Amino acid sequence: MILDAKIPEGPVDKKWTNFKNNAKLISPANKRKFKVIVVGTGLAGSSASATLAELGYQVETFCFHDSARRAHSIAAQGGINAAKNYQNDGDSIWRLFYDTIKGGDFRAREANVYRLAEVSGNIIDQCVSQGVPFAREYGGQLTNRSFGGAQVSRTFYAKGQTGQQLLLGAYSALSAQIGLGRVKMHENSEMLDLVLVDGHAKGIVVRDLITGEITTHAADTVLLCTGGYSNVYYLSTNARGSNVTATWRAYKRGAAFANPCYTQIHPTCIPVAGDYQSKLTLMSESLRNDGRVWVPKKKGDTRLPQEIPEEERDYYLERKYPSYGNLAPRDIASRSAKEVCDEGRGVGPGGLGVYLDFSAAIARLGEKTIRERYGNLFEMYHNITGESAYERPMRIYPAVHYTMGGLWVDYNLMSTIPGLHVLGEANFSDHGANRLGASALMQGLSDGYFVIPNTLGEYLSTQFGKKVSTDMPEFKKTEEEVRARVEKLLAVMGNVPVDEFHRQLGLIIWNECGMARSEAGLKKAIADVRALRERFWKEVAIPGTGTELNQSLERAGRVADFLEFGELMCIDALTREESCGGHFRVEHQTPEGEALRHDDKFAEVYAWMFQGESSQPELVREPLHYEAVHLATRSYK
Amino acid sequence: MNFHLRLWKQKSAADKGEFIKIHATEIPSECSFLEMLDIVNNRLTREGKEPVSFASDCREGICGTCHMVINGVPQGPGRGAACQVYMRKFENGQTITVEPFRVGAFPIVKDLVVNRSAYDRIIRSGGFISEHTGGAPDASTTLIPKPVADSAMDAAACIGCGACAAACPNSSPMLFVGAKVTHLGLLPQGQSERKSRARNMVRTMQEEGFGNCSNYYACEAVCPANVPASVIAMLNREYIRGEVSKTVGAID
Repeated sequence: MILDAKIPEGPVDKKWTNFKNNAKLISPANKRKFKVIVVGTGLAGSSASATLAELGYQVETFCFHDSARRAHSIAAQGGINAAKNYQNDGDSIWRLFYDTIKGGDFRAREANVYRLAEVSGNIIDQCVSQGVPFAREYGGQLTNRSFGGAQVSRTFYAKGQTGQQLLLGAYSALSAQIGLGRVKMHENSEMLDLVLVDGHAKGIVVRDLITGEITTHAADTVLLCTGGYSNVYYLSTNARGSNVTATWRAYKRGAAFANPCYTQIHPTCIPVAGDYQSKLTLMSESLRNDGRVWVPKKKGDTRLPQEIPEEERDYYLERKYPSYGNLAPRDIASRSAKEVCDEGRGVGPGGLGVYLDFSAAIARLGEKTIRERYGNLFEMYHNITGESAYERPMRIYPAVHYTMGGLWVDYNLMSTIPGLHVLGEANFSDHGANRLGASALMQGLSDGYFVIPNTLGEYLSTQFGKKVSTDMPEFKKTEEEVRARVEKLLAVMGNVPVDEFHRQLGLIIWNECGMARSEAGLKKAIADVRALRERFWKEVAIPGTGTELNQSLERAGRVADFLEFGELMCIDALTREESCGGHFRVEHQTPEGEALRHDDKFAEVYAWMFQGESSQPELVREPLHYEAVHLATRSYK
Repeated sequence: MNFHLRLWKQKSAADKGEFIKIHATEIPSECSFLEMLDIVNNRLTREGKEPVSFASDCREGICGTCHMVINGVPQGPGRGAACQVYMRKFENGQTITVEPFRVGAFPIVKDLVVNRSAYDRIIRSGGFISEHTGGAPDASTTLIPKPVADSAMDAAACIGCGACAAACPNSSPMLFVGAKVTHLGLLPQGQSERKSRARNMVRTMQEEGFGNCSNYYACEAVCPANVPASVIAMLNREYIRGEVSKTVGAID
């Protein structure tokens, strides 16, 4: 198999224009005849559903939540990047493009990233006209802040709730289309498989989470907007329900899974407090605009932070990366935190924490300003830890936050299965080996509002007269397979709760495929995941039946898929014998302990193809050609 | 810590529900209320019993998925959704009663889970600015003074959890409806549909079987997102303006 990324001709800054000038159009009369299935209602899914419906396509949208508004995009705090240069600080489309490519450690596709930077401004225009209440200056202009990996202020925000406001904007556009009857919305509906007809994605199988009913749905094309797989680690900043099932089922039907080992560990989260814990809470990266990160210089220093004098503190990010300081990119900030904790200089219970200190900012700007900027985050921190960050530094530690890997897509956002498009975090294309802050919201909305409406015609224009229906044997067969799988889960009748397996899987992956990875560790992890998977299918307890709301059953299905997916992640991490971005192989580092890339061998996308339950997946490579930028060692010093 | 729990069990909307009593022992004081329920549910599962169904997702107070009444208070004691309640707020040995939202327009699905799709239908009838992708002018052309943008943001912070209707003796969702009408009505972009928005959303709210506000303010007291009750006053003004202009035959 050869991966054809279908990158348009021309210099990088003309590719998107060239593409649009030559793209296949579907006439308004024909749009009405095509049906599009959208799975997921986060930023990508909601924006795509609304926009395609506005264009006249018949849209059917599915989400497992009880309302489209609850998708996990809602929890994004900090902001959304756009190269508007409203601050007159030297920003441009080129700079946003370059920062994103460099931030991704030169492992993303140039053409896709340039397009992302190009449409970033349109996203802000679109959101403002929908009524998204971005933060403003007194004169009424939009205001910006800085995020990691950039030396300009290009991040737009709505308090610490930017994801919420952007999602509610997309949700309102979707709701308008549902109200007009142009989108048929299915809530509480979890996609459990993809239906292929003659090798093309033509439908899905879903389970109604309230009644347990399993149904099939046919369309001309399927859009997966189902988010990332951070919950393979059990503890992450993702919502409890976020899962890999939709993309994993697509992988098992033939879609290549690209770079699964590229995961993002976010540096500023509230540290783990105990083994009862069900999730980790992020403290927005925006806090690093005003907070200073430090640990005591002395090992095992148990003094209270306020008792440690200035000269005995190590502001390690400012020391190691003077030009970016506390706004070093996420992978670098996380690894540095791990380093100082490994040295025994960590703070708080178990020594797994560093301080994020606002005292200098409070002295400079006053508590009122800090409260205005970060009030809700400080309140959240107080609520969870019982400590006030106005009085003492926050304790933070890295936690899994985002996954750059995902289903492989070409420039048109189509996977290796014809007709299956993948948008947002679920695809792999724009962030390389590390995502910069405030870029996830940008990508989700770019894919949904501006990319897919233009690229969908490339596929649909080949599908005139190829109607499918759920009566076809392909649909019946896939439905039966889903039914059998649900029954198999219910038939295990063990006595170990699903959470137990999930927690154990998370520990294996976190220890061996987390912030530092080694050959021996990854090999051990693969064996451990296999053993755990075997135990799962013998011992998992799922009380209740399949014909009602059964939350144990829902979780068991998702954990079963994570137990398979975790192995692929480790295989990918083992095969990529270099360090890049969030993927840090201890065997490959510079004398200063920074990530050491091997561009001669690994400037490639690794995409994995399913070859059957008992076979190793096949590795297919897409070489990354850098025409506009030259590969450089990433430095933030 | 140890607690005496009274948990609501109900198989479906058609069945009769009842409280079951559970002695929850050795609960870490740092864990959240929902993590305490996780512990209880995993113990029930090990004993071969069916766990208590409750909804939750983000567990950081923003998605609005979790919804329950804890000791008579929708979303529990303190500010924030149920997932933001921590066990250290309770006394050791305390009896804690957990039951679903009791609102006619939110039928019970199972145990603590209710169906809040009525809120989605209210939004679909007018809680948006009709704007199609692609036609937006540059964002800098719309100036919105900070106090206006901030007030719109305070209203837009609503998480759509349904606690307002659950707290209200009239089962009124007017804090929810008012939040959206205020958010969009304050902004220049929201002006063209301002009157029809208020009319349509109030009409749908009534069709769904919700009640009206009688200034009880329980909604404001329980709202996890701090939405102020003044949005209800704004809703009333907007609704009257919309109805009057329709009655006299003015063009919206």
